[in-house]
Amino acid sequence: MGDRITLQVARYRPEQESEATYDEFEVPCPKDWVVLDGLNHVKDRLDGTLAYRWSCRMGICGSCGMTVNGEPKLTCATFLSEYAPGPVRVEPLRNFPVIRDLIVDIGDFMRKLVRVKPWIVRQVEKPLSAGEYLQTPDELEEYKQFSMCINCMLCYAACPIYGLDPKFIGPAVIALAQRYNLDNRDQGAAARMEVLSEHEGIWGCTFVGECTKVCPKHVDPAGAIQRYKLSAAVDSMKSFFLPRGA
Amino acid sequence: MDQNHAYTAYHPRWLRPHVSTYWWLEKPAYLAFILREGSCMFVAWFTVYLLLLLRAIQQGQAAYEAFLAWSAGPVVVLVNIVSFAFLIFHAITFFQAAPQAMVVHVGHRRLPARVLLAAHYAAWAAASIVVFWLLTGA
Repeated sequence: MGDRITLQVARYRPEQESEATYDEFEVPCPKDWVVLDGLNHVKDRLDGTLAYRWSCRMGICGSCGMTVNGEPKLTCATFLSEYAPGPVRVEPLRNFPVIRDLIVDIGDFMRKLVRVKPWIVRQVEKPLSAGEYLQTPDELEEYKQFSMCINCMLCYAACPIYGLDPKFIGPAVIALAQRYNLDNRDQGAAARMEVLSEHEGIWGCTFVGECTKVCPKHVDPAGAIQRYKLSAAVDSMKSFFLPRGA
Repeated sequence: MDQNHAYTAYHPRWLRPHVSTYWWLEKPAYLAFILREGSCMFVAWFTVYLLLLLRAIQQGQAAYEAFLAWSAGPVVVLVNIVSFAFLIFHAITFFQAAPQAMVVHVGHRRLPARVLLAAHYAAWAAASIVVFWLLTGA
């Protein structure tokens, strides 16, 4: 294995260019370096104008999602040596408008996320003196997988439906809605269903399943969406056949 | 993204890469998805074929014989072979997807995906045996 590797980094400087171009940088490739280390090396030593997002370097903050050799990846969890002898092509996340170089505009995701109320909704709050809302390990297990989402948006980059129709509310937002629906302390499922039963909600998904494959936290957004569809269909059948309630 | 968002000195313009019409050829997984979705056309064809068979039976012996002769033609045989292959593909991919959508609890425990998958294949095998028994009269 060579000790250096070439990064082909997508550049977009809106004040100069109207299309993306590629710059090549040769960076060290020790076996413990991830793609983000390569980008940091470029920024520190080779070209300080390179723009990209990152923060925690440990797969928690969800900032460093990029397209590495065509696949959506967390660059802090993708080793350079996996791509030896290279080159490694680093591009911004797909399906989002690019602001500069590797930075995309995530405003669309943030606005959609708020719409599904990703927090615990109570009809009536218990008084503080009544104590905590208790939960058993089994009740925690019901939603725990979906709570692992770090909002990295790799699933949006992998979803061709979102690419074709940016109005689609998207995998992570639905998985996070499901995370709160399945929480026994929550009472907001009906309010979320109003948003998610829209045409661009759960029914926009055609179950390509790529969101689940690229998810670095094994959240399974595709599973969350299909479960949502199933429960929505069962509810609508119930209200049709049993209009006065079961 | 808000289409009417005003450009500023700091956001002179976004780059909005265009999704190709042939996006489904970019990855094997996307192609498998399109084939899975497209295979429903062949499922529809078998439904139509079954209805045509029922109509022929209802119309009597001569119509039934004519239907059999038409079905033995090379074009219909070829269409049915291709349709059958897609039908198998459709069933297998549908079964693979099912455990993601179905969450079945037994007591407090969630059934693992492979149990659900096995149940689907068992139901498929059972239905096939019933159909085979009906056809052969064994």
